[in-house]
Amino acid sequence: MKKNTKKNIMSLIALVLFLGFLTIADRIFDSYQMRIINLAGIYVTLGLGLNLINGFTGLFSLGHAGFMAVGAYTSAILTMSPELKQMNFFLKPIAPIFANVEWPFFPALLMAGLMAAIAGALIGAPVLRLNDDYLAIATLGFGEIIRIIFTNTQTLTNGALGLKGLPNFTNVYWSWGTAVVMVIVMVLLIKSSYGRAFKAIRENEIAAEAMGVSLFKHKMMSFVLGSFMAGVGGALLGHLMGTIDPLMFRFLMTFNIVLIVVLGGIGSITGTVISAVVVTVMLEVLRFLDGSMDFGFIQIEGIPGMRMVVFSALLMIVILFYQRGLMGTNEFRWEWVTNPKETITTAWKNRKA
Amino acid sequence: MSIQTFMQHMVNGISLGSLYALLAIGYTMVYGILRLINFAHGDIFMIGTYIAFYSMTAFFLPWWAAFALALVLTALFGIIVERLAYRPLRNSPRISIMISAIGASFLIQNLGIVLFGGRPKAFPIDPIFAKIFKFGGVSVVSIQLIIPVVTLIFLAMLVYIVNNTKTGMAMRAVSKDYEAARLMGIDVDVIITFTFGVGSFLAALGGVLWGLKYPQLIPLMGMMPGLKCFIAAVVGGIGSIKGAVVGGFILGLGEILIVALLPSLTGFRDAFAFVLLIVILLVKPSGLMGKTTTEKV
Repeated sequence: MKKNTKKNIMSLIALVLFLGFLTIADRIFDSYQMRIINLAGIYVTLGLGLNLINGFTGLFSLGHAGFMAVGAYTSAILTMSPELKQMNFFLKPIAPIFANVEWPFFPALLMAGLMAAIAGALIGAPVLRLNDDYLAIATLGFGEIIRIIFTNTQTLTNGALGLKGLPNFTNVYWSWGTAVVMVIVMVLLIKSSYGRAFKAIRENEIAAEAMGVSLFKHKMMSFVLGSFMAGVGGALLGHLMGTIDPLMFRFLMTFNIVLIVVLGGIGSITGTVISAVVVTVMLEVLRFLDGSMDFGFIQIEGIPGMRMVVFSALLMIVILFYQRGLMGTNEFRWEWVTNPKETITTAWKNRKA
Repeated sequence: MSIQTFMQHMVNGISLGSLYALLAIGYTMVYGILRLINFAHGDIFMIGTYIAFYSMTAFFLPWWAAFALALVLTALFGIIVERLAYRPLRNSPRISIMISAIGASFLIQNLGIVLFGGRPKAFPIDPIFAKIFKFGGVSVVSIQLIIPVVTLIFLAMLVYIVNNTKTGMAMRAVSKDYEAARLMGIDVDVIITFTFGVGSFLAALGGVLWGLKYPQLIPLMGMMPGLKCFIAAVVGGIGSIKGAVVGGFILGLGEILIVALLPSLTGFRDAFAFVLLIVILLVKPSGLMGKTTTEKV
């Protein structure tokens, strides 16, 4: 018990230090660097949502971008001022019920999550009966359907034109604040009996059912919660970018998040957090590949798109040679800091297992 | 709607359905043997089209030589993809293989953007494929007749190979029971290589015909048809070649007819396939022609 209190205090100190870092970062970094830091926080939220579904419950879902779209559009429509809406919807006026709504950010963010969760429940109820590959392709299909619907509902989403000039609410406190809350929720959830039920379903569905775990209830719970997180993440992303359009939420978006989850380790919260940050930063760092390079004696013409080639090649290498990802299913423990020697020796002993 | 217009739409639907069927076979064969959704299949199709394009425009080959070259090289390309991206993971959890397949798909697409450029290219069309015939009030471009005929010829060949040759028998054995087939002395690796070769060959055939019908090439062109054709394979019953063909035709005809009969739904054309998928998964998850399997505990 005493040990636990000590750990909790350490966690609290780490949290305060981290918030302090964010405050300082907000002051000293320029807007481009802050954008990357914000993006990393949003990807932590998104990655955790997908990891809950894919990693902890073992449901291979590929519809994340669709739920993000629901969240992003909900919060955009709710927070934009009436004049802004008039400017955006010049082809056809917006549906009258939404024309004069202007909510503050926080309720809109919650609503975004809620709408995505409802979409998740509606989609999950029929498709969660399917297994593995079929589930993957059905969720992918639903993600695409949501996008196609948004492209065609001119009076609600402004169709393919998208929405421009979203209020820039997302700052480092919103993005990382949400991320921290989500991490805490996830840690508590995974430690609870629900978390153990999720893992049981992941390991062996039939055995879990035989032990009295209600498959449908737990699958739904994980799926709906994951969708909620996707919706919130999507809304934050929309308010960071300032523009949203249906093409943003293509399969590529889902792929980026799957990538984060896989690289971090499927079923590890720590892994997702680390890899969300690493992937976001890497994507920016690799930008030099798109431009031309000058080594003094030799000049290489920049090839646009090279960055993504290197990036997908890196992903392939990780999947082929290091399937467990960065963390496997391990989590961060304070023993790593207080007793690093023992941690390393145990890890070395268990390296094959 | 007059009967002529309807026939016109049917002709369009049948040629689109044939193209879908050609691609869907690749999915269904690979899934039947490896239980793997080959996400890269749509991109293999794209590579086939680009090979034909460059053989004609950069190497000035006559169209038939270019097409033959495209078919052979794409089959090789498919085999290489299997060797590099799928074989090392043969015994890993299925989720890893699926992610590897998605990764391979994105790698090929991005390579395509770098190598071929992101701008659309116009596929050169020999006048033979652009002749217009009139049947009553229905005007048919020759390519619309060629597509179903070529599809049927190659399908007949494929069905013959699968049902009447030793390799075909081995393929069926591997898809029935991987381990038992190996114990019976079948070289599973060779069979899988062969399957990928045949699947990619048909994808390239589909790609070349696709280019002749919709002559605009972009590196991401394989993505949507790829997804749709996987759906066609699921609708028909995955693992069944006949099912893939039936699914392809349902999808092709359905897409064309929905736009023709309900013009207000034109924007939702791409959603049709996904709705069809979800309906079939809920009503009959094994597909129209698939066999239901029960999992033993």
